[in-house]
Amino acid sequence: MSDKILLGHGSGGTMTRKLIENLIVKTLGNPTLNKLTDAATLNLPSGRLAMTTDSFVVTPPVFPGGDIGKLAVYGTINDLVMVGTKPFYLSLAFILEEGIELELFRRIVDSIAEAAENVGVEIVTGDTKVVEKGKGDQIYINTTGIGIIPDGIEMSPERIQVGDKVILSGTMGDHGITILACRKGLEMKTDLKSDCAPLHRLVNAMLDVEPKIRVMRDPTRGGVASVLNEIAEQAGVEIKVEESRVPILPQVQGMCDLLGLDPFHVANEGKLIAVVPAESAEEVLSAMRALPEGKDAAIIGEVVAKTEYPEVFVETEIGTTRILEMLAGDQLPRIC
Amino acid sequence: MKNRYRDPLLIQKVTQKIHQVTESLDRTVRLMEVCGTHTHSIFHFGIRDLLPEKVELISGPGCPVCVTPMEFIDQAILLSRQPDVIITTFGDLMRVPGKRGSLLQAKAEGADVEILYSPLDSLKLARENPEKLVVFLGVGFETTIPLSALAIQQAEVEGIRNFKILNAHKIVPPALRALTTQDIRLDGFILPGHVSAIIGLKPYHFLAEEFGMPGVVAGFEPLEILLGILKILEQLSEGRAEIENVYRRVVCSEGNRRAVEMINKYFVLTESEWRGLGMIPDSGLMLKDEWKDFDLLTQENLDAVKAVQEEMEQLSEYSSQNMDGPCICGLILTGRKIPLDCPSFDKVCTPESPLGACMVSAEGTCAAYYRYRGRGGRFHVR
Repeated sequence: MSDKILLGHGSGGTMTRKLIENLIVKTLGNPTLNKLTDAATLNLPSGRLAMTTDSFVVTPPVFPGGDIGKLAVYGTINDLVMVGTKPFYLSLAFILEEGIELELFRRIVDSIAEAAENVGVEIVTGDTKVVEKGKGDQIYINTTGIGIIPDGIEMSPERIQVGDKVILSGTMGDHGITILACRKGLEMKTDLKSDCAPLHRLVNAMLDVEPKIRVMRDPTRGGVASVLNEIAEQAGVEIKVEESRVPILPQVQGMCDLLGLDPFHVANEGKLIAVVPAESAEEVLSAMRALPEGKDAAIIGEVVAKTEYPEVFVETEIGTTRILEMLAGDQLPRIC
Repeated sequence: MKNRYRDPLLIQKVTQKIHQVTESLDRTVRLMEVCGTHTHSIFHFGIRDLLPEKVELISGPGCPVCVTPMEFIDQAILLSRQPDVIITTFGDLMRVPGKRGSLLQAKAEGADVEILYSPLDSLKLARENPEKLVVFLGVGFETTIPLSALAIQQAEVEGIRNFKILNAHKIVPPALRALTTQDIRLDGFILPGHVSAIIGLKPYHFLAEEFGMPGVVAGFEPLEILLGILKILEQLSEGRAEIENVYRRVVCSEGNRRAVEMINKYFVLTESEWRGLGMIPDSGLMLKDEWKDFDLLTQENLDAVKAVQEEMEQLSEYSSQNMDGPCICGLILTGRKIPLDCPSFDKVCTPESPLGACMVSAEGTCAAYYRYRGRGGRFHVR
């Protein structure tokens, strides 16, 4: 086999077959995938089916704390578990750019296998396409996930009440700043790592304590600010965030200050925001802190009013307040 | 670790003093924060909420993107559309609208525009792409100019000839002179921290000596900004006018000699146009004759430059003022109006589709008003 991905690897012929059998199936195989039929036939327990899909595009494809493969598994799993789903199966589609090193591809498939095993999901169907050099950015991945929502779990913003607490599961902005720091042109030396991680264990622990959690979201692109604004909008409420309670690593804060970025708008990959009834918030928090993925969790604010004019505002460290807006477009680093 | 510059108790103490000193003043005072980062911090920390009604904060022309004339953006966009040209720029210039779109739109249409964090990265691109012309958009004040100088020095050492600067660098003190002599009522300046770290205090002395205008160099933490405001108010209350420095942890009176030497080695003062302030003598920098090789617009034999100059002539029939349309950026940059006075603010002009530069940069006055509207910025009504 050549040491690079060639157009022939996407031709549908023998090269494709070899790539799939020798690399993908060998690494990710399970009884369903091994059949290599046009569509996977699946067994699922009864209950409400949840399904989500996401495409992953990230430069560089391997970064401190993770890679695009891990991201593609955990990202989709996290979307499923945010509504209380128990995930079962994933699909996996690659778009590869001609000329990428086979070693890089192998590394990413290995990482996908490890991530899927960690979560306990099977990759049951997939696709591989190759585009000409220059027509793609090394590797794109799409994953679709399905699972079942257990009875009694019903998360929705309409259930949010005044007084409910807002919990953030850990330090904000680690992923976005890590990616930025290793991008071309910046290449800053930091000890930062992406927080890329699955949240299924954390969510299970939270729901064990309080099955009536109102809503959960993972603050990926657009960051904590965007998710809180979405929740406020959908629930018709005003949310107050106390800045001094928001966990953030000093390196992330420092890089944000340097580049003129707001950490509230920076992406996360292994964090969640939950709106939890006030009476059980402390107990939920303790359950979260007992797990490594929730060790820095904190109650960062609360729902203060039902309103026709939903908004999120921050009480600053010095006791004043300011609006927390959704991100408009991309955050662009400033001049001075 | 606790940040003592955000300690609520200290903030409270300084705020109380500000209120006390303000009581001794018999009029409303208008203080201008010159620097965009100050504007941003003032909104971010809701500092206006802490001030007495009689103290108004006016946002000045301290965002390099905001004061760059539209003509420069037009030139950059036209250049980006030339074959074999790579435009390199800091990010916040990308969304600024020119007469025919922004650099972001040009990039979407296929232009080769790279966002970078230092002019030295531009040099790297020039090294890696010897067949292309790599143009660095030289926008920025004293803080960024030494870096441009460093890039030229490095290009000279390595003999890199396909690296050029489209230069619009500006220096701050002449703009303060222009503001002080125009019909804008101001009572004092919160002077820019970063710029002062380079130039020190001396270039501001004329404010106090010639115009009796107090000025205080302040840092960007809330306590530092409030201390800056307090010091100006104390001067006004005592009838003094001096240039003070409450940002000693970063700024020393002499500034950074090496950085200033770098600027002086490569650049010489020239007249420059500021959006909103017009043409200001000795407020811009152009490359000295011996470094002209790196000044893009003097390379008249380059096809890309010829093409851009021809197209600019066609565009020049519209004045930038006309193109600003209902946008009142100019008046906002000089403190004559606030964003809420603008008929376009939050209607047709938003960060997603900005009409003027002030809505583009995170440090622009309109962007700050937009982002923190309602809270953290008790909008003063005059």
